[in-house]
Amino acid sequence: MTSPLPSPMKRPLLLALSLLLATLILSLAIGSVFIPPAELWNILRGVGEEAFTLIVWNIRLPRTVLIALAGAALGGSGAAYQGLFRNPLADPFLIGVASGAGLGAVIAMSIQWPYSFWGLMAIPLAAFLAALLTVFLVYQLARVGRTVPTTNLILAGVAFSSFATSLTSFLMIRSTSEVRRALGWLLGGISLAGWDSVLSLIPYLVIGFGGLLLSGHALNLMQFGDDQAQQMGLNVGRARAIILAAASLTTAAAVAFAGIIGFIGLVVPHIVRMWFGADYRRVIPLSILGGASALLISDVIARVVIAPQELPVGIVTALAGAPFFLWVLRRAKNQGYW
Amino acid sequence: MLKIENLSVEYGSRRALHDVTLSVQSGEILALIGPNGAGKSTLIRAASGVIPFSGHVRTNGDTFHALTPIQRARYIAVVPQAISLPPAFTVWETVIMGRTPHLGFLGQTSRADEELARRALERVHADELSERRVGELSGGERQRILLARALCQSTPILLLDEPTAHLDLQYQVSLLELVRKLVHEDNLAVLIALHDLNLAARYADRVALMVAGNIKAIGTPREVLTAELISESYCWPVDVVEHPLSGGPLVLAK
Repeated sequence: MTSPLPSPMKRPLLLALSLLLATLILSLAIGSVFIPPAELWNILRGVGEEAFTLIVWNIRLPRTVLIALAGAALGGSGAAYQGLFRNPLADPFLIGVASGAGLGAVIAMSIQWPYSFWGLMAIPLAAFLAALLTVFLVYQLARVGRTVPTTNLILAGVAFSSFATSLTSFLMIRSTSEVRRALGWLLGGISLAGWDSVLSLIPYLVIGFGGLLLSGHALNLMQFGDDQAQQMGLNVGRARAIILAAASLTTAAAVAFAGIIGFIGLVVPHIVRMWFGADYRRVIPLSILGGASALLISDVIARVVIAPQELPVGIVTALAGAPFFLWVLRRAKNQGYW
Repeated sequence: MLKIENLSVEYGSRRALHDVTLSVQSGEILALIGPNGAGKSTLIRAASGVIPFSGHVRTNGDTFHALTPIQRARYIAVVPQAISLPPAFTVWETVIMGRTPHLGFLGQTSRADEELARRALERVHADELSERRVGELSGGERQRILLARALCQSTPILLLDEPTAHLDLQYQVSLLELVRKLVHEDNLAVLIALHDLNLAARYADRVALMVAGNIKAIGTPREVLTAELISESYCWPVDVVEHPLSGGPLVLAK
């Protein structure tokens, strides 16, 4: 008899799903007008009030789904990068991958192709290629022999991130007003939210999440270092390539449609590990679900603090995430269970 | 059994191993001894396939060059030094990862795998540690956990890289007692790098003396652990006397 999931999986999964459901409802209910959950249920059944139905279907639902998917992507890829680099501070934002992907996306956008579904689909692809290139460069810069020290990784990430961000700003200033709108988007403004964006995000995420969810055991083995992982039978080179591609694809997809949002990929996997242990077969799916919830909550906060105006969600995640980062840095120094 | 033929390893232009040939029979412990930098660990890493080499590593006619990591891991299990292990895994999670070469990419374990892991933990007297996190264990406990993980791999060949290096006296002896018992019970072929010559004399059936990437002498402890060979290889004068209890050789630095 085989057990498809590591044994204590049911309870955490149930918990993560309930949290996700609660945050989804919250995200649909809260906004310029409050829509009570009972009314939401009516709308989903097709018997809601017309004005509310329009708001939910055309504005709140696509935005909510997009936010949830982006958060899931950041949580999952953060967990994978941390496992891959065996480094508690690896986060798609901190290691520069998000900014790299953002640069790729902006380059793609400043090419004047006509607005179409396929044009939209090409943006994450450009972001993906830029993300892969970034990971490669940052890794090579940070590597000392066969290890990647935390400080090196963060320094290389920050340096590359500044470079990519400057280049992005330069491109924006030089470009048309249409592209300049992207500035808000890059800060995580989710201004591209619409069913088109959601649909074009899905194929990338299906592949990316698939790769990540299959890699839990390989990531577990890689925690012992390349030698031991291979001695236990893992084809380390191949596993690393798969995980890197999957994590970069999910990050790129999130950045291309939700902008550069930091710290979700750092905070969520950490909390998951603290509560539910280090087994990556648990950490990956729970970080995906937890990432969705965390970004939904951040987005709700971003919508209400200075209503009727909106904060870019990236500001909220950074305000909460940066102190957490410092705390993890201290803990990592004292060797904690990350 | 394990057969190593004309194995050479180069790090850049430096030759770390030079034409090493040796074989280990099933049910036998072969100890690798030699001064630091002689190539003991390099030999173990090459034989387990993690660094490139020229020459051949074979078992029962299969050449390792032709095997994938997962196939190789069904023949050879390695017990590394327990210096840095991921602290957050539990003992159970760590040990059952030894089943990897017999599992799919997802690492799904069956009842039979769990039974083997439980048994491996029992054999190294660590069943009561099962739920503990590896980061909380002592050096001796970690080394036993790594031995259990290697046993879980169910391989005919076991390589150990200075498993006693950081252990206190009682752990050194108890670990090697355990290894000897396992060798005889499972008829394993064991290659073990040891820096303590007297532990090698006590536990090895044969000893291979390595100096600067070459095998300088290979034979029974009595044949290899002579005052002349050891003094010359370690560049320090030693006396070899008869062990008062076992009657084997006992090496004393002058």
